[in-house]
Amino acid sequence: MYQYDTLDKEFLADRAAEFREQVARRLAGEITEDQFKPIRLMNGLYLQLHAYMLRVAIPYGSLNPVQLRVLADIGRKYDKGYGHFTTRQNLQFHWIKLADTPEILDALAAVDMHAIQTSGNCIRNTTSDPYAGATAEEIDDPRVWAEAIRQWSSLHPEYSFLPRKFKIAITAAAKDRTAAKVHDIGLMLRRGRDGTMGFEVIVGGGLGRTPYVGPTIKEFLPANRLLSYLDAILRVFNRHGRRDNKYKARIKILVSALGAAEFARQVEEEWAKVGTVGDLPDTEIARIRGAFAPTAFDTLINRSEAFEAAKAADPGLARFARNNLREHKRAGYTIVEISLKGIGDTPGDATSDQMDVVADLAERYGQNDVRVTHEQNLVLPHVKLDDVPAVYAALKAAGIGTPNINLISDIIACPGLDYCALANARAIPIAQDIARTFADQDRAELIGELKIKISGCINACGHHHVGHIGILGVDKKGEEFYQLTLGGSGAEDAAVGSALGPALPADRVAPAIDILVDVYLRERAEGERFLDTFRRTGVTPFKEAVYADAH
Amino acid sequence: MPTRIKLIDGQFSLVEDPFTHVSDDQDLPRGDLIISLTRFQNEGERLLSEGRAVGVRLEPAEEVEVLAYDLARLAVVAVAFPKFNDGRGYTAARLLRERYDFKGEVRAVGDILREQAGFMVRVGIDAFEPADGSTPEQWAHAAHRQRHVYQRAADRRTPAFAERE
Repeated sequence: MYQYDTLDKEFLADRAAEFREQVARRLAGEITEDQFKPIRLMNGLYLQLHAYMLRVAIPYGSLNPVQLRVLADIGRKYDKGYGHFTTRQNLQFHWIKLADTPEILDALAAVDMHAIQTSGNCIRNTTSDPYAGATAEEIDDPRVWAEAIRQWSSLHPEYSFLPRKFKIAITAAAKDRTAAKVHDIGLMLRRGRDGTMGFEVIVGGGLGRTPYVGPTIKEFLPANRLLSYLDAILRVFNRHGRRDNKYKARIKILVSALGAAEFARQVEEEWAKVGTVGDLPDTEIARIRGAFAPTAFDTLINRSEAFEAAKAADPGLARFARNNLREHKRAGYTIVEISLKGIGDTPGDATSDQMDVVADLAERYGQNDVRVTHEQNLVLPHVKLDDVPAVYAALKAAGIGTPNINLISDIIACPGLDYCALANARAIPIAQDIARTFADQDRAELIGELKIKISGCINACGHHHVGHIGILGVDKKGEEFYQLTLGGSGAEDAAVGSALGPALPADRVAPAIDILVDVYLRERAEGERFLDTFRRTGVTPFKEAVYADAH
Repeated sequence: MPTRIKLIDGQFSLVEDPFTHVSDDQDLPRGDLIISLTRFQNEGERLLSEGRAVGVRLEPAEEVEVLAYDLARLAVVAVAFPKFNDGRGYTAARLLRERYDFKGEVRAVGDILREQAGFMVRVGIDAFEPADGSTPEQWAHAAHRQRHVYQRAADRRTPAFAERE
């Protein structure tokens, strides 16, 4: 992964020192909570229902074992022994004391980590493909570009007080694991006809109250012009995005109001004025590329007798292999997904001990590389097939060997009313209910890929709009109800789901999912996922079944 | 005489302010003035012909392009930040320096807090009316916080990628 040089390290140290002073001023009463709020929000510190929440940035979801152990230690020392991985590939600690935050930020800075721009109306952590550098599907390593964006966007003097927060995703594979089309900016690396590299630029996607799949405003942006083009987009947004209503302030509203063509025209006009002076020199791109320590792979054949024998002997391992392994670009290697969706657990939570186990495995078997996915799981991107039995055994012993990646219990859920001051309803218990309903692994595998996403309020942190089945918590006269949507997707076939019918009380959600699944299993054609069947049949059979007893 | 923090040759100091801020409904006092864009468009010509130094207060919704042909005659552009979190003024200031090569004073007025000092200096603002009572020493401390920067901006600081060469 990218190695921070002295300059990157000093940048973080300076920022941590600044926050230490600011916290001291707050604790000494020199500034009020109102004055402190914007300061702490620039450092990822939120005041939630019960305590401060600190959101730590994990740039493009990439971690080394040393960093992961520090996160584990922080969880043990300053939180309740765990952390929560988020859909932005970040990590949140939910039980933080203000007075501890300077120590925490110093501990993070010591291992090249920080909480800069994990909140506030600025450019947030750029997300990328968790399989970067490991999948054969990509045409370039998207982390190179994500790191260039990280640096460019860090304490950007012009774009730190935007109309609203700003999220960029970047992928270089045809199969999109970043939800690029529902980001403020989605960047998809492509090769042009002449073989040169460029980006398809998608602007104005988003979730929240007004979900949009973003339009493409530029089919092919030469890769080395990326930063000047981003500059142009951000400048148009900073000047013209709405600031009168926080719910209409995201760039998607501006793009929608102007129309994609007019927005694109304004960006082009500004881009021409910015010129190449806004671009990173090719030498710096080359340096960043080089700073990602190249992974040394052994030359292997694409079959491991040890692994095959172990699978034959252990159905649990065989099931894990079917569901949690992904094809690696190198023969004899595999990508291992670690599910943080244990049946009955809180989606995305990992205990400090579990983080330590993953760090150990990454060191021993995984080329010191750990990734966080936007679906709130972890990835060991480079594991030898020979080592999978040992990795699985260790994960299983730590309670994170759940073989359910992309299956019905691999649910995204926001923290919901259990933690969040904005939420209308709980999300975690609903996820737990559904996971228990489908605890039978054979049935889960029979159902296949089914993405359930749960948000505790309309702000849609749980991405419910793009769930194959989306669940939105709503408040009805003080009671928690849940609105179901079907047919959404955050992948390359992105779509916003449509509402199924009237909202359901909490105890009817899991049974309703059960009914939806039965309809799918009855209706599905060969090879169809839930999403495919829904798109073919439309909502009617699903709706009729769920609301049958209401008639 | 009132004062503002002024950045001259890399040093922040408290400097007397010869300009009077005048709102649209106030009578014009004698001397150098900072007035609204509207008032400048109506009365600027006359005030300049009287030999006064004139500054324009640019509100966030007002586009800096409107001033393009007048900049050479203006002593000050006072970029207004009615709320600290309205970031349009950063773009305005940067364009004044980079696109229009404005050599006069670019002053930050309004909800100006020391946490913004670093950003403001980087976009080319060189005079400050802090709302939080910051001293020039505190302002300088906040502005010089980061030893390195990652982007090119109007302050001509060497960005990280060039430092590395």
